[in-house]
Amino acid sequence: MASMANVLGLIFANMHEQNLPELTKTRAMASVPFGSKYRLIDFPLSGMVNSGITQVGIITKQNYYSLMNHLGMGSEWDLARKTGGLHILPPYGREGTKIYRGRLEALAGAYEFIRESNAEYVVMADSNVVANMDMRPIVDFHEKNEADITCVYGRVTYSEERALAQTVLYVDANNTVYDVLARPAISGEMNVALNIYVMKRKFLESIIRESECRSLYSFETDILQHKLRDYKILGYKYDKYFEIIDSMKTYYKATMDMMDRKISHEVFSLETPIYTRVHDVAPAKYGIDCRVKGSLIADGCQIEGTVENSILFRSVKVGKGAVVKNCIVMANTVIEENAMFTDAVADKDVTIGKDRAISGSADFPVFITKGATV
Amino acid sequence: MNHIKKECVAMLLAGGQGSRLYALTQDMAKPAVPYGGKYRIIDFPLSNCVNSGIDTVGVLTQYQPMVLNEYIGNGQPWGLDRAHGGVHVLPPYETAAGKSWYSGTANAIYQNINFVDRYNPEYVVILSGDHIYKMDYAKMVDFHKEKNADATIAVLEVPWEEAPRFGIMTATEDGTITEFAEKPKEPKSNLASMGIYVFSWAKLRQYLIDNENDTEASKDFGKNIIPAMLDNGEKMVAYHFDGYWKDVGTIDSLWEANMDVLDPNVPLDLLDDSWKIYSRNPVMPPHYAGLNSKIENSMIAEGCEIEGDIDFSVLFAGVTVEEGAVVRSSIIMPNTVIKKGAVIEYAIVGEDCVVGEGAHIGASPETVEDKSQWGVAVIGHHVNVSDKAIAPPKAMISKDI
Repeated sequence: MASMANVLGLIFANMHEQNLPELTKTRAMASVPFGSKYRLIDFPLSGMVNSGITQVGIITKQNYYSLMNHLGMGSEWDLARKTGGLHILPPYGREGTKIYRGRLEALAGAYEFIRESNAEYVVMADSNVVANMDMRPIVDFHEKNEADITCVYGRVTYSEERALAQTVLYVDANNTVYDVLARPAISGEMNVALNIYVMKRKFLESIIRESECRSLYSFETDILQHKLRDYKILGYKYDKYFEIIDSMKTYYKATMDMMDRKISHEVFSLETPIYTRVHDVAPAKYGIDCRVKGSLIADGCQIEGTVENSILFRSVKVGKGAVVKNCIVMANTVIEENAMFTDAVADKDVTIGKDRAISGSADFPVFITKGATV
Repeated sequence: MNHIKKECVAMLLAGGQGSRLYALTQDMAKPAVPYGGKYRIIDFPLSNCVNSGIDTVGVLTQYQPMVLNEYIGNGQPWGLDRAHGGVHVLPPYETAAGKSWYSGTANAIYQNINFVDRYNPEYVVILSGDHIYKMDYAKMVDFHKEKNADATIAVLEVPWEEAPRFGIMTATEDGTITEFAEKPKEPKSNLASMGIYVFSWAKLRQYLIDNENDTEASKDFGKNIIPAMLDNGEKMVAYHFDGYWKDVGTIDSLWEANMDVLDPNVPLDLLDDSWKIYSRNPVMPPHYAGLNSKIENSMIAEGCEIEGDIDFSVLFAGVTVEEGAVVRSSIIMPNTVIKKGAVIEYAIVGEDCVVGEGAHIGASPETVEDKSQWGVAVIGHHVNVSDKAIAPPKAMISKDI
């Protein structure tokens, strides 16, 4: 079995932002708030830490202020360490590199960091999958089968609607990936890549170097598709709960999934917790005559109205007579007295004024941008 | 090792047993007792230190220190994991001359003179881990300097009828203390000592040594150091404090202090961002208010899962309240499970308990005819209450029932 202390974790903070423009306008995909107190990066990062990985690089591209703020020194993930630990890898970190066009160029920018890690294996992940993933069996699978690249995939009911965002893998009975389709216009039960890959560090270094020489930049196209016959590329099926956030609709659905007790207990397992930044706010306060049902409520909330089937982030205020239903309400947002807020998503620091009524539909939740006053 | 000089070092007396909290302090020191939904009592003086700019704190432990030691750890939650200074847990230790427990508050500081000396401070702030309050110690140190005092004692005006329970200061209009009486039967003033002192270190150091050499002395600040300094005419001043301050040394006061966080008229704002109270946060998801839950007038921490009725209560992290269970005017400490149909009224339930189905803990005062029989019921930590078991008002349960 591979020792996880010999594994380097790499997380791409900015991939897939085009799929979620509303929430990534002012922040990286990795720092999109999720599930009442988390940011999306907490899932891959905690998964790595819980799997025993002690050195992690976060590859950033743009808009990474809120992410750096969130991660700090990495102490919440126990990654503030003398050796290894957490490293944020901004662009221009290496001579001759520029803002990357694809995953391979992003990795080229982190080449020195990868080489100096001296790790035997590298696990790469993006920031758009909500799951509590144990990565140990994936590394073991990779080692046992002597693969060049192991791609983690999950079974998804795929539709053309999701076609813009996904990579579909065809995997045979021996776990060999025999076809890779990027964003195909198909539908049905498919093996969808979770964009989590395992490689030997030396192998990764060699493909980075070779790709640089040939000006190749897309890992999916230039490696997974074009080198499918040259390398041993295997698929590892992940069969626990996961959701790929590839649109506002899946963001909303995945959030509502956290209300399901069974899913919630799996994703927020007490044995392998999802770690996040601590804000030191007092517990939530419920007032006189408030009514709260089927909702997840974070610390610091003050509720005097009605909240149903909703997720309230830290320090949200719901005034007297206000109704919040089927909503995602991010940190510090205020729903003033007698306001109606249904089937909607409010970003941080929003104010829904007194007596105002805003409602979307379950298929198409209304979105209120960060800091807006309605 | 060279130590950078610190103007001010705080010494926090956290070794007290808190014997009047009975079952709640069986296996933890009083400063480790949970309070206010996510805190332990010690979070208040520690956070006050950090917010006052004091970054060097010695925490003196003795009674049941395990929970407290683990809780404080390297001080990271309070920002006290510092390269110079930071928080240090100081238990009693053995020396070439023999071993000795801390025999009094003054002796505890005496035994750690070397610790304080390493930082060569001008001032030492002496604190206890028994009180809930927010206070800027920097202002008190400034007052101490301004008055050119040797000792400054924080005082609070208390109702005259309660004065006999406190150490009472008599002070002139400019704050100079002229008299001190420990729990006087006939108080001459209503200025109660809050157990918060600022001393000029050089002065206190000498008094600690003299007190230690006095075989008659009980090695206590209130009984020895303060009277001795007063007798010798040292400059001692009273520093008036008028915010929220609560001693949580008894079951009733602990219960009341928790209920205070629910009362909008009580001037203790835990949501105030400008003076945060830091604590070691559990790693748990937000709390879930279920489809059958009914929650009002309460404070609910992260990780709770609630399907029952909660009213006028404080629930700490990770508490489960099953369907049909009722929690009223009570405090439920971390990770306790209240099973279906159980009723908890006017009670404090400790950490990691299980209250069985249909069990009944405590009672509301209206239902008890003989008021002398009524009081808050207490279940200690790690206690299992079996199905349908009853714990009457005033019960003090520390073993499974």
